[in-house]
Amino acid sequence: MNEHLILRVVIKFLIPFILLFALYVQAHGDYGPGGGFQAGVIFSAGLILYGMVFGLQRLRKVAPPKLVLTFIAIGLLLYAGVGFVTMLLGGTFLDYGYLADISTHGHHYGIILIELGVGITVASVMIAIFQTFTERTEENTDRNVGTR
Amino acid sequence: MLFLLLTAAAIVWVRNLFAVVILSGVYSLLMAGTFTILDAVDVAFTEAAVGAGISTVLLLATLALVGQEDHGQHRRALGPIAIVALAGAMLIYAVPDMPRFGSPEAPIHVHVAPRYIEETPNAIGIPNVVTAVLADYRSFDTLGEVTVIFTAGIGVLLLLAGKRRKRK
Repeated sequence: MNEHLILRVVIKFLIPFILLFALYVQAHGDYGPGGGFQAGVIFSAGLILYGMVFGLQRLRKVAPPKLVLTFIAIGLLLYAGVGFVTMLLGGTFLDYGYLADISTHGHHYGIILIELGVGITVASVMIAIFQTFTERTEENTDRNVGTR
Repeated sequence: MLFLLLTAAAIVWVRNLFAVVILSGVYSLLMAGTFTILDAVDVAFTEAAVGAGISTVLLLATLALVGQEDHGQHRRALGPIAIVALAGAMLIYAVPDMPRFGSPEAPIHVHVAPRYIEETPNAIGIPNVVTAVLADYRSFDTLGEVTVIFTAGIGVLLLLAGKRRKRK
């Protein structure tokens, strides 16, 4: 894809806005439409776009596969962790009311935290799948070039 | 809706897999538009991002692996068509029994929905009721969904990465 100059310039210009929009959707899931899942997908779409245009190698530098794998687990653990914290604070599993003195604030914090967990897991799963898919594609093309 | 039907028909008829992938992306985008018209913005969001965006990209990545022509035998699959037609006919048969679209007397509108809408501002204090339902009233479900995504991701990675190692 190295020859598509216009595509590269435009994409470079677009990606910050896509990532920013993802963070906005993540942070405002409680006020407007959206939430962790949508934000995660949009965020990963931004990085996947980067990987499609600039190549897998540079995407790997931005999002190293090992880090992505770790984040898959971190997101889920964050979600479940909120549940255990509420248990430690005296409530039942995922009973956000115990996270703060005022019950509604507790619910608010809880929702923000678990949406963050959802977002992290979804984004990193999508990125990881994309990386694995394109990795195999690149290997195949390499092999074909080698046999010619 | 007409565009939806046309796109669906085109997906079935077209033999070039590249065109099919792009058409299914178009289909998802149209669905997202439909959801927006129906005021289900959260769902439309997901449909546009996942259906039209990510899954199209993943399918394209797969096509890069397997090639874009359909080499299968083109014979008429009468059995499956009959089953699909039967299932469709049963669904359409069931439609008149459902409450009229948007009718305020529909079971979902008289039972849980008013409760969610009335209690969310007091009990949870956030304006987006959809998020409140997903992340609070049904937080166990959502935890399960995240676990499903987690497991699916791990599974895909294991399958694809494992095969590669064997080949080397």
